[in-house]
Amino acid sequence: MRKLLVGTGTCGLSAGAGKVIEALRNNPGEYELSGTGCIGMCFVEPLLEVRDGDSRRIYGEVTPEMALEIASGADPADHLVWSDDGRGSHADFLEKQDRLVLRNCGIINPDSMDDYIARGGYEALRMAREMTPVEIIQLIKDSGLRGRGGAGFPTGMKWSFAASAAGEDKYIICNADEGDPGAFMDRSIIEGDPHAVIEGMLIAARAIGAANGYIYCRAEYPLAVKRLENAIAQAEERGFAQGVHLKVKMGAGAFVCGEETALFRSIEGKRGMPTFRPPYPAEKGLFSKPTNNNNVETYACVPWIVRNGVKAFRERGTEKSPGTKVFALAGKVKRGGLAEVAMGTPIRHLVFGIGGGIKKDKAFKAVQMGGPSGGCIPEHLADTPVDFESIPATGAIMGSGGMVVMDETSCMVDIARFFLSFTCDESCGKCTFCRVGNRRLLETLERITAGEGREEDIPFLETLGRQIIDGSLCGLGQTAPNPILTTLRYFRNEYEAHILEKKCPAGSCRALIKFAVNPETCRGCTLCAKACPVNAVSGQRGQVHSIDDHKCTKCGACYDACPFDAIIRE
Amino acid sequence: MKRSFAELARESRGSSEAVIPLLQAAQTEFGFISRDTIAKIAEATGEPEAQIYGVASFYSQFSFTPSGRHIIRVCTGTACHVAGAGRIVEALSIELGVAPGGTTEDMLFTLHTVACLGCCSLSPVMMIDGETFGKLTPPGAVKVLREFAAGGPR
Repeated sequence: MRKLLVGTGTCGLSAGAGKVIEALRNNPGEYELSGTGCIGMCFVEPLLEVRDGDSRRIYGEVTPEMALEIASGADPADHLVWSDDGRGSHADFLEKQDRLVLRNCGIINPDSMDDYIARGGYEALRMAREMTPVEIIQLIKDSGLRGRGGAGFPTGMKWSFAASAAGEDKYIICNADEGDPGAFMDRSIIEGDPHAVIEGMLIAARAIGAANGYIYCRAEYPLAVKRLENAIAQAEERGFAQGVHLKVKMGAGAFVCGEETALFRSIEGKRGMPTFRPPYPAEKGLFSKPTNNNNVETYACVPWIVRNGVKAFRERGTEKSPGTKVFALAGKVKRGGLAEVAMGTPIRHLVFGIGGGIKKDKAFKAVQMGGPSGGCIPEHLADTPVDFESIPATGAIMGSGGMVVMDETSCMVDIARFFLSFTCDESCGKCTFCRVGNRRLLETLERITAGEGREEDIPFLETLGRQIIDGSLCGLGQTAPNPILTTLRYFRNEYEAHILEKKCPAGSCRALIKFAVNPETCRGCTLCAKACPVNAVSGQRGQVHSIDDHKCTKCGACYDACPFDAIIRE
Repeated sequence: MKRSFAELARESRGSSEAVIPLLQAAQTEFGFISRDTIAKIAEATGEPEAQIYGVASFYSQFSFTPSGRHIIRVCTGTACHVAGAGRIVEALSIELGVAPGGTTEDMLFTLHTVACLGCCSLSPVMMIDGETFGKLTPPGAVKVLREFAAGGPR
């Protein structure tokens, strides 16, 4: 029987997948209908897959009407994005990836445990239960798996600390507090394959001897929470949990709770403020008990490693960073979505190979990796391989996998200001350098982007930035100046242009730009005047228009509205 | 099934772990955290009121003033930021006559900015209640809002 699958992850639903699946449900035909997780091709959502025997076809940008036509046998070639016979306009998007963590995402129905089991799910747990805890830990150590949350700490070693800690009550935690703006890998993994995370946690629970566990998930991810709760209930019902109690805890909107000690406080019902380490969580973590905390993607790797072995895992990636990494590709890239590649793959392959290059074929300027803790890697370093050694060498961090692409219209001073305003809002306030220092950095950047920069600002930013790194307790403060320091390192000329020439080379900082009408190309179509929210544009139909500088708020609406490129931004 | 505030309060039996779930239930049910709610949570969990207030004021999910009937969340994450989210916020602010965080006088709309809604490929994005609107322009966002408002209270 034919099977129809609709991508019903958050991104798919946002793009209208709900209406597609509803239309199909209301018009049942000769097919089986199911939802699936994120296929990863977010740029052409909503997606509809048709499985006919062994053949698979995926259609993109599907409307409810089109879905009904496809269901009754139509094959709209211009909407075919991927098929197993190599057709489809974006077939290479998936072919250029190596999907190990995302092995089931977009393939199975995430609410169906049978689908997961049919793809080899819970086999690894069965194998792990035949091994001793020491053997499991050794296996993970041998695999070289490193924490996918960003820091890259060896997972096997972390497990061995918690396993050897004294005490009976031990906890296992999954950090699903994916707070970096521009990152949605963990959400997609949970929404697409929740059992992989649960199975990984159950294996870890056996390895360290934990009977209780929590998954700390962002409250902004209601669908992920629902799928996890469903998966836990199914695992318990079928007897896979074997006395390990897992619970989902929802965050309450505090970025700092991604830091593990703050996360523990939040689960305990307190303010999420980080505490000093040592004692390390392996000895004194949640409720002061030995605790092991890993990221979603790390846990999702574990069942694969147990089942396929260390050798297969190490065949991917580099010597020191084996395996794969999932990236959330977004920003000024043509094909934004989920991309899983072997560690050590050059950034350029992600941006141009998988991402398809820059939107509107503008010039590629930089990628931002690691969110507010990370940095901007410039175009000339785009051949840098993504792994735990090479990325930090650029001054950025691996981070959890958010990769936001910037083009020539992105102002790097403004990007630094953007991240600083985020970290200022999210600083818990415990350390003076983080609480007050970041505020001073932000004020300085605001001044620079407002055209009031002073020559001494650059050395001030660098000095204070380094002091904040040294003077902060947790990862938030220690990394908050990174966006400034990396942009100063690679884009110092943009800072200088703002400060010395009072110009924004990217044409993005409002105080430093001016809009004007080019009389040569203006046709007097009046679209700009209609778009202007403050009536700053005037002119008769058919005549050259003009912009009143005093009224203009530099919002750029006229610039976007003009079909003849007659609005000049300078 | 999500349990109600009253049910959760009965079950929490003096455990501090229940503080945040209780605040979350109250925020969803009542739309804000009142003095009275804090007192009830203190009673249920055995934690001092000051401690509950401290927790509630720490997390951005909780608000101490009533929200409008519809919540607008404009994404200002990285991808939306580079795609011009700032201009969307500005256009909506002008249209509604409130700054981000504010509620219109008729208590119909509350305007919020959020760090990331996670549908970056649709940037810039906003959500009104549960519905997402993507690939916005400033006039486009205003149009969506006007159409939503014209659809009457839902």
